[in-house]
Amino acid sequence: MKQIVGYCDRWSAQPGDTIRVMVSTYGPKRFQAGLVRVICGDDRPLGPGFKEQPVAVPWQGEYPGRTQTNPTGSYVRVPASDSLTRISSFTVQTWVFATTPHQGRQALIAKWDRARSEGFALSIGADGASEIRVGDGAGAVASLSSGVPLLAERWYRLTASYDAASGRLALEQCPQFKLPGQASRVESRTGPMHALGACSLPLTMAALPDPTGDRWASDYFNGKLDSPRLAAHALDAASLADALSSGQPPSELLVGWWDFALDMRGDGVTDRSGYGNHGETINLPSRACKGWNWDGSQHDWRVAPHQYGAIHFHDDDLSDAGWSPDITFTVPQTWRSAVYAIKLEAGDDVTYLPLFVRPPADTATSPLALLASTATYLAYANSRITLHVDFAEIRRGHVLAYDAEEAFLQEHGEIGLSTYDTHSDGSGVRYSSRLRPILTTGLRTRVWNFNADTHLIAWLEHLGLAFDVITDEDLEREGLALLSRYRTVITGTHPEYWSTKMWSALAAYQQTSGRFMYLGGNGFYWRAAFHPTRAGVLEIRRCGAAAKYWDEEPGEYHLAFTGELGGLWRRCGQPPQTLVGIGTRATGFDRSSYYRFTAAANDARAAFMLEGISTQERLGDFGSIGGGASGLEIDAADFALGTPPHALIIASSEQHSPDMMFAPEEILFQHSMMSGEDNPQVRADVVFYETVGGGAVFAVGSIAWCASLAHDDYRNNVARLMANVLRRFLSPEPFVFRPGAEWREPPHASRAIPASVRLPGAAGGS
Amino acid sequence: MYRIDPDRIDLVEAFKSQPFGPHAAEVKRMLNRLRWGSMQDRLVLVCVERHRRWVLGRLSGRRDRPIELDRSAQFTNLAQAEWEIFKRRWQQHTGRSLAGRVTEPAYDSSLGAARR
Ligand SMILES: [Fe+2]
Repeated sequence: MKQIVGYCDRWSAQPGDTIRVMVSTYGPKRFQAGLVRVICGDDRPLGPGFKEQPVAVPWQGEYPGRTQTNPTGSYVRVPASDSLTRISSFTVQTWVFATTPHQGRQALIAKWDRARSEGFALSIGADGASEIRVGDGAGAVASLSSGVPLLAERWYRLTASYDAASGRLALEQCPQFKLPGQASRVESRTGPMHALGACSLPLTMAALPDPTGDRWASDYFNGKLDSPRLAAHALDAASLADALSSGQPPSELLVGWWDFALDMRGDGVTDRSGYGNHGETINLPSRACKGWNWDGSQHDWRVAPHQYGAIHFHDDDLSDAGWSPDITFTVPQTWRSAVYAIKLEAGDDVTYLPLFVRPPADTATSPLALLASTATYLAYANSRITLHVDFAEIRRGHVLAYDAEEAFLQEHGEIGLSTYDTHSDGSGVRYSSRLRPILTTGLRTRVWNFNADTHLIAWLEHLGLAFDVITDEDLEREGLALLSRYRTVITGTHPEYWSTKMWSALAAYQQTSGRFMYLGGNGFYWRAAFHPTRAGVLEIRRCGAAAKYWDEEPGEYHLAFTGELGGLWRRCGQPPQTLVGIGTRATGFDRSSYYRFTAAANDARAAFMLEGISTQERLGDFGSIGGGASGLEIDAADFALGTPPHALIIASSEQHSPDMMFAPEEILFQHSMMSGEDNPQVRADVVFYETVGGGAVFAVGSIAWCASLAHDDYRNNVARLMANVLRRFLSPEPFVFRPGAEWREPPHASRAIPASVRLPGAAGGS
Repeated sequence: MYRIDPDRIDLVEAFKSQPFGPHAAEVKRMLNRLRWGSMQDRLVLVCVERHRRWVLGRLSGRRDRPIELDRSAQFTNLAQAEWEIFKRRWQQHTGRSLAGRVTEPAYDSSLGAARR
C-alpha cells in the first residue's frame, strides 16, 4: 500500500531553476529523499530490468513525514468590498442547472459566514429545493424554501429578496421549460435584520467560504450557474429581469452583474455592475458552457459568447493541491540534461517524482532530443479508468489486478481526476493540472506512458548515445526555436495529446530539415490546449467519433482556453498521417503481435535501416508487453488521410487478436469484420519518408514497440532497425528523395491536405 | 443472447488450460459473459507485494471507498487467481459448482507476466 506520495512544482527544469517538492506520508513519521537518474523504470520480472543511477545531492537524507491533504471543488470568490458589505436589503438572482440536486445542501450565491450564521445564502437545500437564508450573526436567522425540489439538468431562474425594513423574505423558482408543479413563489416575514453583508468574508458562488479565511470551503455545488446578479434593494424577480433585459445595468440597483461570458479563457470573473466586484474561479470549473439561453444555433462560443455564459462547477475539481513544500532545491549547472526522479521512501514504500532536466537555457548539448510526452502524462494523470469503467476487465482480457497506486487512487479522491474520468455528477473531466500528486508517472508503476518511455531511455543508454530531454510544455512555450536546435527529435511510446502550437512547431521543424522519429502509437490524436496563464494545466474536449471514455456535451466542442474546435486532430482536418505518415487504426490490450516486412523494405531508400536484418524475418515477434512489438494502440498509413505519397511502408503487423479492434473513428458503419482476427486492415505500419531540406520521418505505429527493444539483451531486429535509423538520422548527410515512378496520387486527390505540408520534389521543396 | 451451458465443461477445461488465452471463440464468449457487468461487487485483485502477491478484493462501485479485501484469499500466481475468480463467477452465473467436476490446475508463476 502507498505510504508516501508527493509532487514537484515543475516537471521540466533547467539549471538554475528552483524546485519545490511537496510530500505526504500515510503512517510513517519519517521519510528518505534522494535523487536518481532514470534508466529503466519497468520492474516487472519479464521486463528489461529496473535500473536507476543515484545522484548525490546536498538535500538527500531523512525528513519528518506528515500527512498533507487539500480540498477539492470549484467555486467563484469575489473579495469583500464596500458595496458588498453595505448590503442590508437585497435581491439575488441566478440561473441554475443543477446536476446533483439531491446531494445535500449546495450553495449557489452567498455572502455567508457559516460559523456565525451571518449574511445571506441562496442555496439548494437538503431536500433539493431552492432555499434562501439570512442571518444577522447575533442569533436571528430566517430561511425560506421553495418547497419544490429542482429537477436535475433543467434550467431554473431563482430570485430571492429581503427587505430589511419590513423583514419580508421572498423566493421565486421559475423553470425555463414549464413543467407542471415546478414553479414556486413563497414569502415570509421575519424581524428586520440589517447589515447582512457586513462580515468580511468574500461573496462566493457554488460554495460557502471558510470562515477562518482558510481554503476549506463547504457546500460545493454540482452544476451550472449563469448570469448571477445582486441588487442592494428588495426587488421582485420581474423588475430585476426587466432592468437587465435593457442591456444596461441600472447602476444604483445592481452591485453585482457577473457575466461569465467574459474572460472565458482564464480564471477571471467580470462584474459589469460598475462597482468592480470582480472575482476569480477557484479550482478550474468548466468555462465556455452552454447557458440558459443557448438556442442550438451556434456551436462555437466565440461566435455567440452570450449563449455560453454558464460555468459548470464540480465538487471534485482541482487545480492546485497547494501542499506545503518539504524540500526546496536549485538545479545545479553541473547536471546534464536527462530524466531524473526524486526518490521518496517511507516504511516499505517508494515513490518517484519525475523531473525532466533540459540543457541550460537556449542551448543544446546533443544533436538528439527526446521529447517527453508531458501533455499525455498530464491527460492521463491519476486515471481511474480501471476503477470506474465497467468494461475495463473485458478490454484488458483478464481480471483487474490493481497496483498500490490504483488502490490509493480509489481511496484518495482529493488528489483529483484525470481527463479519462467523469466528475461525480457524470460530466466529463476536461482539465488536468500537474500541481498535485500524480500516481501514474512513477517508476516501478504500471508500464504505460512515462514508465513505458523509460524502455527507450534504457535502450539509448545501452547504445551509449547522449541525448537532451525536452518536454511538451517547453515545446508549447518555445515552439520551433526549441526543436531547431536538434538534428533529430524522438518521441516516446504515446505522444497522444498535441496543442496547436506544438503541432505547428513540429510541422515547421519537418519543413526545415528536421528529422523526426515517432516511436509509439496513438500519437497526435487529440487536440489539447494549455491554460493561457497557469503552467501545467491542460484542457481537452472529447467530442466526435474517437476512442474515448466519455462523450462531450453537444454544443461544447470548442476549447475554453483557445476557442479552437476540440476533438481529434483528424476531425479538425489535420490527420496525424499528414504529420508522421501514420495514425491510429486500432486498440487492443490483451496481447501483441509481430510485423512482416513488405516489398517496400527492399527499396534502395530503405537499405540503410535494414542493414543486418533479413526481410524474411518476422519483425518484433517478441517483447515484454503482450509478446510482440505491435500492440496496445496501433497506427497505420492511410494515403487518403494524408500519408505522403512517397512514404515507404516497410513493415506491417498481422495476426492480431480478436480484442484488437478498429478505433471508432475508423468505422463508418458497423459490420462483423472489426477485429485483428478477421480484418487485415487492423495493423500497424512502420513508415519512412524523406522531407524537404534533407530531413526525414520514421514512425513505428505501436505503443508496445519500445517494450521489444531489450529482448535478448538488445540483440534483436527491433533494436537493430532502430539503431540503424537513429544513427543515420544523426548523421549530417542529407536525405534526398527524387520523385520517380513511386510518386503516387492519393486515392482521394480532392481531400485537402493542410497547406503547411510541403513535400520534397513538390514546388517549393528541395 | 449467448448463454453459458453448465454442462459445457469442455469450455471450462479449455479456459483452465490457458487462462490468459489465446481463447477459442466460444471460450471467449463464455469469459466475456462472466466479465460483463457493473463495477459494484466486482471481484478484483489488489497487489500487496509488488509482482509477487495479490489479495482478492471486491469493489463497492462507489468512489473514495477503500477496496474491500478478503485476506483469506491470497495468491502468488496470477493464473491461479484468474482461475479462482472464474470458478466463483461461473458458479454464481450458472448456479452450479465446479467442485469435483474439474481437477485443480497447477500453474507456472510466469504465466501472464507479459502484461503491463
Ligand atoms: Fe492513448
